[in-house]
Amino acid sequence: MPHPVTDPQPAKTAPPAFESWGRYPRYDATIVPLNWQGDFPGVMAGLHGGALPVGLGRSYGDVCLLKDGNLLQTTGMDRLLNFDPETGILTAEAGVSLAKILDFAVPRGFFLPVTPGTKYVTLGGAIANDIHGKNHEAAGSFGNHVPSFELVRSDGSRRVCSPTQNPDWYAATIGGVGLTGVITWAQLKLRPIVSRKIDYEGIQFHGIDEFLDLKRQYQHVEYTVSWVDCASTGRNFARGVFMLGEHSKAPGELKPSPEPKLSVPFDFPGFALNHTTVSLFNSVFFHKQMKAHVKTVQDYEPFFYPLDAVLHWNRGYGKRGLVQFQYAIPWQHAKEGTIEILREIAKSGLASFLAVLKAFGEIPSLGMMSFPQAGIMLALDFPIKPDLTFPLLQRLGDMTLEFGGRLYSAKDAAMTPAQFQAFYPQWQRFAQFRDPRLNSSFWERVTGGE
Amino acid sequence: MSTLVTRPLDAALAASSEAVIAKKILVLGATSGIAEATCRIWAAEGAQLFLVARNAEKLAAVAADLKLRGASYVGTAVADLDDTEKHAELLTHAVNSLTGMDIAYLAHGILGDQARGEQEFEHAAQIIYTNFLAPVSLLTWLANYCVQRHAGTLAVLSSVAGERGRKSNYIYASSKAGLTAFLSGLRNRIDREGVTVMTIKPGPVNTSMTAHINIRKADVKKVAATIVKAIDKRVDTLYVPIIFLPIMFIVRHIPERIFKKLNL
Repeated sequence: MPHPVTDPQPAKTAPPAFESWGRYPRYDATIVPLNWQGDFPGVMAGLHGGALPVGLGRSYGDVCLLKDGNLLQTTGMDRLLNFDPETGILTAEAGVSLAKILDFAVPRGFFLPVTPGTKYVTLGGAIANDIHGKNHEAAGSFGNHVPSFELVRSDGSRRVCSPTQNPDWYAATIGGVGLTGVITWAQLKLRPIVSRKIDYEGIQFHGIDEFLDLKRQYQHVEYTVSWVDCASTGRNFARGVFMLGEHSKAPGELKPSPEPKLSVPFDFPGFALNHTTVSLFNSVFFHKQMKAHVKTVQDYEPFFYPLDAVLHWNRGYGKRGLVQFQYAIPWQHAKEGTIEILREIAKSGLASFLAVLKAFGEIPSLGMMSFPQAGIMLALDFPIKPDLTFPLLQRLGDMTLEFGGRLYSAKDAAMTPAQFQAFYPQWQRFAQFRDPRLNSSFWERVTGGE
Repeated sequence: MSTLVTRPLDAALAASSEAVIAKKILVLGATSGIAEATCRIWAAEGAQLFLVARNAEKLAAVAADLKLRGASYVGTAVADLDDTEKHAELLTHAVNSLTGMDIAYLAHGILGDQARGEQEFEHAAQIIYTNFLAPVSLLTWLANYCVQRHAGTLAVLSSVAGERGRKSNYIYASSKAGLTAFLSGLRNRIDREGVTVMTIKPGPVNTSMTAHINIRKADVKKVAATIVKAIDKRVDTLYVPIIFLPIMFIVRHIPERIFKKLNL
């Protein structure tokens, strides 16, 4: 057993102890582990000031940060509690990662009902951000597959929440960005698979009309997502690759994935990603698929988690970090909105590495503050160039509002209070469910600390 | 919420590793950070586990988790191990539940509050009782159980802190020093009877016990993996991470007239 050597103060170190995935903004905070389901109220009694439960820090902006506050790290609360192979319902503590859930589920012939583009998020984080995946049209968002969970408040109260039990708390906590309390355990309804393999198709498109045609043509396919080139103008404007996948129906291997080996060990210099290198990347990506239409069978790892193969890929953006921009615009204005916004982005010349275009389906999210809504979703990264990036984000946010859309809090570092309150007019009702001891830098920024 | 019912799938998964006979392991202090990490490795190997801990809610969560991770049996008992009068009854129940015992893993202990212990003898005595006297009581019973069978491993978490008293933690250190000396004597007595006594001396490890201490700490998963391998090899004394073997050699050999002036 260890020996105490230095000061008995909580750990507080010079570079921030906890960063969001975009590494912007960066705030000092004290990390306080929550290792057990019963820890939260007692831990809060010993802390001064506000706190925020956090997981693996895969959200991009300040939704997982609390400047000069306490970050309650839930990753030690990672126990699997029950699994019923008849229903596929797994009960687990909220700090378990989706990667660990896959390690457990895949050998038993099950898969996540909804997965984001990284498996290194916690179950609690997936609920708190009501994340979505490539199967939104078929499956809705993550919360649609969470039959129940327990919510613990700083006053010591514990509530089991489901669509029928404490339904208000259930709705407020799904997409509630960690502000309603600490989720201690949750149920997740897994879906059966017979193989690790994905039947994959990739189809080139040129322009949003072609994208929409493909979307209609392949409506029945479970997973669809597109990569779109945001840097090109003229003949190549909004060119992209429409990617489709379904779990193979031919029984195959169901072994767990190996541990990832590659990691970006240091920050790339700021100039590593500029308009030239990104245009080059985009061109290579587009032409990697030489044929207009390819069909292949691939493992689920490269299909769902291509970037997880390189841990800390975000360091590629250098010390300044990156910001994400992600909107959902309803069908009524989806096409014109997307074209206008893509034009604005291309015109800005602010390189964007990864632009993802996708249709959201009609299944309503269960969360009061959930992001997805039927229409078109676009997500992309911007490197931080203070004088250019933020004014552009302001314009893009205003355009999104004009087209009736909204931005995603889990990806945001730039929304103004006016924009947020227009995107989410229900925010004041949600605020009534906030735990008085919990707060985030995001919430302070968009509400003025309401 | 959590159930420990064996399901057909679990049984099938356990059967797939039937070539290796499942180890029967008694874990005392099963909700400690190092113990839980170690048990996860044993569970994945399909071991049979009997877990003892003080807090029922924590124990239930750990037990459910280890069962799902592949343990072929998980029994539990809630007990305060300071209650030495109940040790015989507890240990009898545990080995009966496991129908035998290959390994006893003693992982309970408290860090205590050095500053408080300097002022209050009762607190100092508490640290020494929990970390030294309670294990002595457990090991007395367990050693005799193993000697009768000429088999078994007693793997005990002591600490590098026990190698030399320092002003920052000498009460905890002395409890572990006593434990280390007891284990070395016990090994000298019963190793010849076919019983392995293993003294595990971790450096600082990243667990909830040390969460408030701001120093470089070893990753608990790596520490646990090292411990499992060392138990398999029947090592007598394990420094983990291994860097503490030379570090503690130096610490032990600093002359006292210099050592007494250091701020350690």
